[in-house]
Amino acid sequence: MAWFKRQTDKLGEVAPPEERTVKTEGIFVKCENDNCGATIYRKDLKSNLSVCPTCGHHFRLSARDRLQMLFDDGQYTERDANIAPTNPLNFVDQAPYSDRLRKSQKQTGMLDALLTGEGRLGGRPVVICAMEFGFMGGSMGSVVGEKITLAIEYCLAKRYPLIVVSCSGGARMQEGALSLMQMAKISAALARLDDAGLPYVSLLTNPTTGGVTASFAMLGDFNIAEPGALIGFAGPRVIEQTIRQKLPKGFQRSEFLLEHGMLDAVVDRRELRDFLCKLLIFTGPAQ
Amino acid sequence: MNTSNDVTQNAPQNLVASESFQRVQLARHERRPYALDYIQRIFTDFYEIHGDRSFKDDPAIVAGFANFQGQPVVVIAHQKGRDVKERQARNFGMPKPEGYRKAIRVMQIAEKFNRPVITLVDTPGAYPGIDAEERGQAEAIAYNLREMARLKVPIIVTITGEGGSGGALAIGVGDVVAMLENSVYSVITPEGCAAILWKDAAMAPQAAANMKMTAPDLLRLGIIDRIVPEPAGGAQDDWDTAATLLAEHLSEALRQVQQMDWAARIEARYRKFRLMGAVDITA
Ligand SMILES: [Zn+2]
Repeated sequence: MAWFKRQTDKLGEVAPPEERTVKTEGIFVKCENDNCGATIYRKDLKSNLSVCPTCGHHFRLSARDRLQMLFDDGQYTERDANIAPTNPLNFVDQAPYSDRLRKSQKQTGMLDALLTGEGRLGGRPVVICAMEFGFMGGSMGSVVGEKITLAIEYCLAKRYPLIVVSCSGGARMQEGALSLMQMAKISAALARLDDAGLPYVSLLTNPTTGGVTASFAMLGDFNIAEPGALIGFAGPRVIEQTIRQKLPKGFQRSEFLLEHGMLDAVVDRRELRDFLCKLLIFTGPAQ
Repeated sequence: MNTSNDVTQNAPQNLVASESFQRVQLARHERRPYALDYIQRIFTDFYEIHGDRSFKDDPAIVAGFANFQGQPVVVIAHQKGRDVKERQARNFGMPKPEGYRKAIRVMQIAEKFNRPVITLVDTPGAYPGIDAEERGQAEAIAYNLREMARLKVPIIVTITGEGGSGGALAIGVGDVVAMLENSVYSVITPEGCAAILWKDAAMAPQAAANMKMTAPDLLRLGIIDRIVPEPAGGAQDDWDTAATLLAEHLSEALRQVQQMDWAARIEARYRKFRLMGAVDITA
């Protein structure tokens, strides 16, 4: 986890180009893929699940859009909405952590970087957690750890399947080792879900790195990724600095991980709901 | 507070930052005892066993079976190198996926034969390289976190030097987690944290203080159960005493967790990690 943070925080502090593009209030959006650059009607992009109709590039989704896209009819009930971050270390760097939290809360309308929803997928009751990259780079602190653990414990009690959609630079430095321990806490809860024979699907989206990858994102019965997502333990810049070499093209992208045996499938967002429905049917009837 | 000359030379002005960073420097001290130094002094009949049965043997992690005060145990530890050649061979104690996979394989052997697991943690972190990524560094760590949570045999974890992030935690889930007095444990190195948040690696002492990475800090945060004392001045000056103090702790910790049956132990281990974190429940 030590190594991807550089990238995470830069992304967290300054909205990356794609985010700025999406937030522009124009009628048109330019495709983020440099090799494409297509001009897309904002409306068309939205109706195409934020996938470029020309080249298939997947734009990043907010946690809310993600849940709405996955649940039947976009309907779900939010769970554990009342869990808020604190500043347990009284952490201050160039700005106090409390200020960074307030700023992200204002920008996203969320208390922290994870949204939990309960609803149906293909008619079957399911819990889905989605990470919000716009909230401090989707970084995992105590709230993210607590909410995912609560979601797992709820699935255990109700015998529901769990889907977690990752989008994160990793652990949140401002909570120090408390954020590191969320990896152990969530993984221990996932051991129980596994013991109970309940399905857990991990969906990895762009980007998923660091302590998130090195815990729940890689522990799915099925690890599924969207195309072109950056997925890894260490961030590319840290690796480049360590080995002093340029990284090969496509390194740490979904297709690279699929080739190296780390993913079950790379699934286009437009086929994702169908894929997940089939997957849940395969795992057996609702229990 | 333990200090030594080479540490105080670089001391920053802020006293708290200075104290935290001195611990970092002691934890990384080039004469600090490493795993094999402790193993040699604490265990008898240590036999190393190798390999992940899939790709390779990773010298950054040593594993084996041994006797601890008459009891057969499994020992798993990060191993840094002492000289230039050994450091390179052991990759500075930074494991690759095969190292973590060897570790869990040996823990599963311990499970099969009902032997306690003792781990010693001392790593700057998991290795960030192309080959490590290709072979699934993240998956290897994640898998260990999940499996250690449900291992039936006792797991006694001690941070002896650097507890570097996920690379440390991957052999760091246990029934009793302790830190040596001058060890550190953090989510990122102080240098890494300083480079990101202050855009200035020279702010590492401040980052070390702010991240609360010393043994007393982590005890206060509820992340570790116990601090193991070191000889005056630090473990680097007296390996034998350091090993004796560690052995006393291991003996006590083992006795404590072996009183429980496996189900109660796994439940207590779960509860311990379940409570870690700090959140506000709003109305
Ligand atoms: Zn395009």
